Amino acid sequence: MAFDAPVFSSKDAVVCRGVGKTWAAGTRRAHEALRDIHLDVAPGEFVVFLGPSGCGKSTLLYLIAGLEDATDGVTWSFGDKVEVPSPERSLIFQETSLFPWLTVWENVSFGLSIRGASKAERRKVAEEALQRVGLKAALDKRPDELSGGMRQRVAVARALAMRPKVLLMDEPFAALDVQTRARMQDFLLDVWRDSGASVLFVTHHIDEAVALADRVVVFTSRPGRIKTIVPIDLPRPRNLFSREAEALRIQLTELLRDEVDRAFAEQEALSVTA
Amino acid sequence: MAVVTPPDYSRGAAAAGASRPAAVARLFATMAGEGVVAKIFWGCLSIGLFASLWELCWFFGWADPKLLPPPHIFLGSIADQGKFFNTATRWQVGKSMTDGPSAFESVMVTIGATTMRVFTGLSIASVLGVGVGVLIRYNALFDKLVLPTVTLLSPVSPIAWLPVAIFIFGIGNGPAIFMVVVALFFHMVLATVTQIDGVSPNLINVARTMGASKPQIYGRVIVPAILPGMLAVLRMNLFGAWMVVLIAESTGVGYGMGQVIMLARNTFNPSLVFFTIAVIGVLGFAFDWLLRQAQRRILYWLPDTKEKLRGL
Repeated sequence: MAFDAPVFSSKDAVVCRGVGKTWAAGTRRAHEALRDIHLDVAPGEFVVFLGPSGCGKSTLLYLIAGLEDATDGVTWSFGDKVEVPSPERSLIFQETSLFPWLTVWENVSFGLSIRGASKAERRKVAEEALQRVGLKAALDKRPDELSGGMRQRVAVARALAMRPKVLLMDEPFAALDVQTRARMQDFLLDVWRDSGASVLFVTHHIDEAVALADRVVVFTSRPGRIKTIVPIDLPRPRNLFSREAEALRIQLTELLRDEVDRAFAEQEALSVTA
Repeated sequence: MAVVTPPDYSRGAAAAGASRPAAVARLFATMAGEGVVAKIFWGCLSIGLFASLWELCWFFGWADPKLLPPPHIFLGSIADQGKFFNTATRWQVGKSMTDGPSAFESVMVTIGATTMRVFTGLSIASVLGVGVGVLIRYNALFDKLVLPTVTLLSPVSPIAWLPVAIFIFGIGNGPAIFMVVVALFFHMVLATVTQIDGVSPNLINVARTMGASKPQIYGRVIVPAILPGMLAVLRMNLFGAWMVVLIAESTGVGYGMGQVIMLARNTFNPSLVFFTIAVIGVLGFAFDWLLRQAQRRILYWLPDTKEKLRGL
């Protein structure tokens, strides 16, 4: 109740106050995934969530998307309390989440068809969105005819077609090879600059965090709390081989190493007692 | 001036002897492939091998032709056996064996009747089963009220329903169709529920973030997503329906393939049994083929999954 009154500007893209999540709360299998998250994301800001696997950073993304209910705290987006999913906050997943029975353009305009838009309008929006991700030629293909990187670009186009104010990305490039991933990062930065949306991006890759973020939110191991927030004040386009970038990578590596060590120790203790 | 002409492979076997090995090689290539010709060839070879093993057993005297008549015997007496298919008018008072429809007509009427029962039953069971299955996941109260009963009745053998079918529907098409429905319905419900639970949560979440309502998510995501699995279930149930309909017909109905089998049993006519089995086999095969064609049209987006096993 303490967080009911918004103590921030309604212009903030995402505001979390005391957000916590316990899975299977009230049962014997209950486990706490997130605890006491306070976070402010400005419009147009690129924020990366970095943490050991299983630290609840994806859970936070789902809470912000409105796909799951928080057990504690409140989240606002542009002054509105987050309670249900909204097309303003598009989520992009690690694995391909395209509908295999629809063509690329039908996938991209799926959200519009939900609203009952005409076919001509849907086709036009899909063409525009695919143009922005450089895949206009793939309009009439089916998802299984595309490579992994192309599929993720279609997923980005589908999110953009909804004109979101916040793009939520759950390790979207994790399944891609290293070269494709680097190209996709450049591509994402272009899309982000054009769209003006805020991006919340989950990863456990330090290189990716330094390449993309305005700010890196470092999570502790379970239950996930915000350990620290590291601003990445490198000018864009970034030289990732610069001394400053290297220093940031080392700093983030050290922050993360403690947490990974702790997570390992906990897992070992669990396996002994089990 | 010597002109060397390359062999014209396009003329195939009609060309000179030099191209004959090439034609043979091409023939082998065709048979090793996946074309229609190759499929028919391997299908005939498979059945031919089975039949010749049987014929061999008969030839060496291991298989008594009175008990296990080989194909050339039971297929050779088709004309004679056909008249036994006229089970409907056979026992009527004042009718001789030669009255009523001809042997060929009798076989066709019997096949038609049994096929109609299979398809009516299968259609009713599919619509009801998928409908109830979707409703179970759609509505939590319906789930709690219905799923335990469905699970309880699911393991009951269709044989146990036979008296019920006759109590309720008497004799005729009713009990046979009822038997097919009751044998398939509960499995279809459980299969539908399992398929829905297996839908990728990502697909559902994508639709949710785009503002899809619950009916929209069911209609536009869950139903297409479970379609491949449901058609596979339907194919299995097609065979199930053919099995059950014979049981139903053998006791509850005046005519049909099941009646012919019972007649063959009662008159000690193994040739008729094997002839009927062959007819059922051909019918089942044909309808399975039709269903697979339909499946390929409906599931246009699925890649050929056989490919991944071919290299092993």
